Parts: sequence; structure tokens; C-alpha cells
Amino acid sequence: MLIYSLKRLLLAILVAITVSFISFSLLFLAGDPAIAMAGEGATDQDIENIRQLYGFDKPVLVQYFDWLLRAIGGNLGESFYFKTPVVHLIAEHMPVTMTLGAMGITFALSLAVPLGVLAAIRPNSIIDRIALLISVSGQALPSFWFALVLVVIFTVTLGWLPASGSDTWLHFLMPTVVLSYYAAPAFMRLTRAGMLDVLGSDYIRTARAKGLTTKSVFLKHALRNAIIPVVSLAAVQFGFMLGGSVIVESIFALNGAGSLAWESIGRNDFPTVQGLILVFALIYIVLTFLADVLNAWLDPKIRIG
Amino acid sequence: MTDVTHSIEEEDFGPSPREILKKSILAHRSLLLGFGAIVIIVLAALLAPVLAPHDPYLQDLSIRFTPPVWQDGGSWEHILGTDHLGRDYLSRLLYGARISLTIGIGAVLISGTIGTTLGVCAGYFGGRVDMVVNYLITVRLSMPVVLVALAIVAIFGGSLNIVIMVLGFLLWDRFAVVMRSSTMQVRNMDYVQSAQAVGCSTLRIVLTEIMPNIMNNLIVVATLEMAHAILLEAGLSFLGLGVQPPLPSWGLMVAEGKEMLFFEPWLIMIPGAALFILILSINLMGDGVRDVTAPAGKN
Repeated sequence: MLIYSLKRLLLAILVAITVSFISFSLLFLAGDPAIAMAGEGATDQDIENIRQLYGFDKPVLVQYFDWLLRAIGGNLGESFYFKTPVVHLIAEHMPVTMTLGAMGITFALSLAVPLGVLAAIRPNSIIDRIALLISVSGQALPSFWFALVLVVIFTVTLGWLPASGSDTWLHFLMPTVVLSYYAAPAFMRLTRAGMLDVLGSDYIRTARAKGLTTKSVFLKHALRNAIIPVVSLAAVQFGFMLGGSVIVESIFALNGAGSLAWESIGRNDFPTVQGLILVFALIYIVLTFLADVLNAWLDPKIRIG
Repeated sequence: MTDVTHSIEEEDFGPSPREILKKSILAHRSLLLGFGAIVIIVLAALLAPVLAPHDPYLQDLSIRFTPPVWQDGGSWEHILGTDHLGRDYLSRLLYGARISLTIGIGAVLISGTIGTTLGVCAGYFGGRVDMVVNYLITVRLSMPVVLVALAIVAIFGGSLNIVIMVLGFLLWDRFAVVMRSSTMQVRNMDYVQSAQAVGCSTLRIVLTEIMPNIMNNLIVVATLEMAHAILLEAGLSFLGLGVQPPLPSWGLMVAEGKEMLFFEPWLIMIPGAALFILILSINLMGDGVRDVTAPAGKN
């Protein structure tokens, strides 16, 4: 267990370093950062000063290690646009995105797990077919379009929900649905497949033979085992949702990290974009690492294999 | 001797694999439905110059926001109405299908080549190679796709080719994952070992023994990833960092219609519905191919 966790940790660190290098090089793809920082109307002398001040005249690898050391110390540089530390900006905008992600995961799971269980109890029944229909059509819906259709229905026609802002929980309702519907089909399929797998096993037959009620067999014995892979998928999907929040937040004008990213790209504010890519990636890496370790702890087969 | 061959020919082996496949394809309704819809969309895209009633780029501000024919004020002259610049919506929709399909096919060609190469290498050689590929997949998965794609398109400028390249270089992960596990399953088969024993080169074994046997999985992933690429392009174009105007990308059409969301909702409904139908058909076809080619009993 310890060896597996250490190996997995090593991979996570390696991946984190690679991702940091990729997001660092983004700043250089974007052109000369000194010119961007100096802004319009700057003289050549200004640009040269900035270049020396920030060390842009040093070799790229040296700059990368300087940047990495500062990043580890919690300094991701300064936003070109706001002229404030990127870390503060991200910390300011992250809570909205995290809330949205957490609500999205909760909503997706609370919709998909019961449907998946029901579909597995009676394969090829009407419920199973309806679940399949929902999952197939859900994965074909473009999220930005679905968001606008919801706005047309619930804001324009019915007038029930606000279309933009993040003041009350009502504001989060439509963004949550839009963010989560795409993840729900995957959860549902996995729950259904896991349940079908478990229901065919010997210990379920034993439980039934003992005369336990169907409810107890399904919920206590089967679901508990079938849910394990769903937990690790939830970690992966949470990471994807943070990334997907760019589209959702920009449509519903939620002031989170996603819309910060979109606006920063539009403003050529690359230190902020760089920082956001790094933070999103790190969250994903940490979550999947924890999920893998948890899985290995629950299922000894993974540790050895 | 002739008797023996005769009796073998006469003996009933049941339907041939090809016949079984044919039967299961014809029995799979959603596969046929998806395939039929795709054929129609591809034909519409190819024949767009013939089918389109108007020039998709011709502006006429005097007839802007003409509603579609089924609404008050609509006319058969512009069956699906006109957009904010008075361009014929049906013509733009037809030409838009070309963009979606080009993006889907182009991106999958790139991502499929990268992902299949990595996946087959990892599955065939195992060991260190497998570790490296596994690491590359993990790196790729931890990058937020939408954000990275937006940033790169913003840097290099939005054009059809850039979008295809960006999506192609970002979406190879599922190819690598699936091809890796499929190759692992096949590589220990007797026929692969026989080929090795006979002294076939690795390249030959991969091309003639392994590839044909993992082809069905490759086709399934390719269709699903094509849908993924088309959806992402529409999303990028919707955010203004994908295909640029005046090209009639469906995502861009939704973005342009968004301004009139409160007054003319059909402007977003029509291109969005087209996108939904295209993606749904591709996914139905992909799922169908998986069902039909999967060994009996597997679901």
C-alpha cells in the first residue's frame, strides 16, 4: 500500500512539473512578455528596463526555474491587466467556481446514481431504456446551447430564474444543471455496469439465500461495492467541471475563475491565464491522486496489479 | 476425394460471420438511424452549393431578422429566415455543416494518429514504453482542455486550420487509452506469437496482425471523438475564439443569435438543433458499431 502510494505520488509530482513547464511556456508563445507588460506607447528603454527587472533577458530554462521556485512559494507573478498578484486574483475568484463545481457534482451524482441502480435492477426495462435515452441525448447537447435554451425557457418565457449574476442560490440553479448534465451519463453508465457486475456475484446470492430483503441486498451489499469506481470518476469529473466552467460562467456572468480565464485571454493577460491553467491542473492532479490511493485502499487488487 | 470436399460444402456450419454481422447491423435500429442521418448531413454538406437557395455570405440589411417560414412574417424565400446581417439562414446552415464535418474529420485524423501510435506502442512493448505513454496520458488529462485551447487559439489567431490542429493535438487521450488496452489483449494471442516465431518484423506484426483486430475499437473511438471535436469547436467559436466570422460555423451562429435571445429565440434554436442532431447521430453510430462488433454476450 505504501509502495503503491509512493509510486503514485511520484507520478503526480512528475506530471505537475510537466504541466507547470507547459503553462510556463505559454507566456513565451504569446510573444515578448516585456512588450506586453510595458503596454502601449512604451519606449524601447522602458521595455529594456522591464526585461532586466523581470529577468526576461536570462536563458529560458533559468527563467523557468526562477518562476517554478516562486510558484512553489505561492507567487505566480503579477497580472498584466490588474497589476495585482495573480494568486490574489485566483483566490478571489475560486470560491464561486468551487461552489459551482461542488453543486454540479452533487447534482450529477444524485441524478445518475439512483437512475443507474434502477436501470441495473431491471435491465432492458422501460426505466433502463429511459436512462439510456437520457444519457445518449445528454451527451449530444452542446453545453453553451443548452444554457441558452434554459435561459429562453426559465428567464424569458416563464420569468422564474435570473439569467446572470451570483447573488442568491437561484442564480446557481441553471449553471449547476448546465455544468452537471454532461457528467451525469458517465456516472449512470458506470453505476449500472458496476451494479450488474456485483449483482451477478456469489456473495449477493448468499445474501439473498440468507433471506435478506431485496432492499438490503441492493443498498447495503451491492451498491456499496458498485459505487467505488464512481467515486474515482467523480474526482476526474470534478476536475473536468472546473475546466468546463469557462463556458458556463461566461454565459451566466458568474464572477468565478472560469470567466476570469476567459476575460484574461481576451485581455492578453497571460500571467493570469498561466496561473489559472496551473491551478486547475494541480487541483485535478491532487484529486485523481487521492482517488487512486483511496481506490487502492478499498480494492487490494489495484495495489498489486 | 471429391466426396469429402462435397460433404464439407454441404455441411451446415450455420450463418457465416459476415452474415451474422449483416443481420445484427440490420437489427440495430439506432445504428441505422444514426447512419442514415449522417449520410443525409454529409450529402447536404457536399451539395451545399447546389442546395443552398442563396449565397451564405450575401448581406442585405433591409431584410434582417426575417423569421422562418412557420412564424408570422416568414416567407418561402428564406425558409429558415435571415440573421442580423440579412444573410439567408438555411444557406448558412448548409455551409456550416461543411465546417463541422471538416473540423471533426481533420481533428480525428491528427488525434487518431497520435493516440493510436502511442497506445499501440504502449500496449505492444509494455514496460518502460508503457510507463512513458501512461505518463503522457496523465499529463494530457490534467490540462484543462477548453482553457488551453482558448489560450492557444488566442495566441495564434482563429482559423479553421488552427482550430483543427489545436483539437487534434489535445484530443488524442481516449485513442491512446483504448488502443493501449486493446493491443494488450491482442498481443498475447497465439497468432501474434506465431508471427513473432516466424520472424516477422515488429512493424509487420503491428500492421497485419494487431491493427486489423483492434480496428473495430478504433472506429468506435474515432466516431465518438469526432463528435467531441465538433462540440468543442462549436464551443470555442461560440466564445469567439474558434472559427472566425463571416464563416458560418454553427457555434458562431449561436453566438451571433445570442444578442437577440429575448426577441428572436429561433436564431439560436436552429443552429443548436442542427448541432444536437449531428452529434446525436454520430454518437448513435459509434455506440451501434460497438454493440454490433462486440463479441456476443458482452454489453
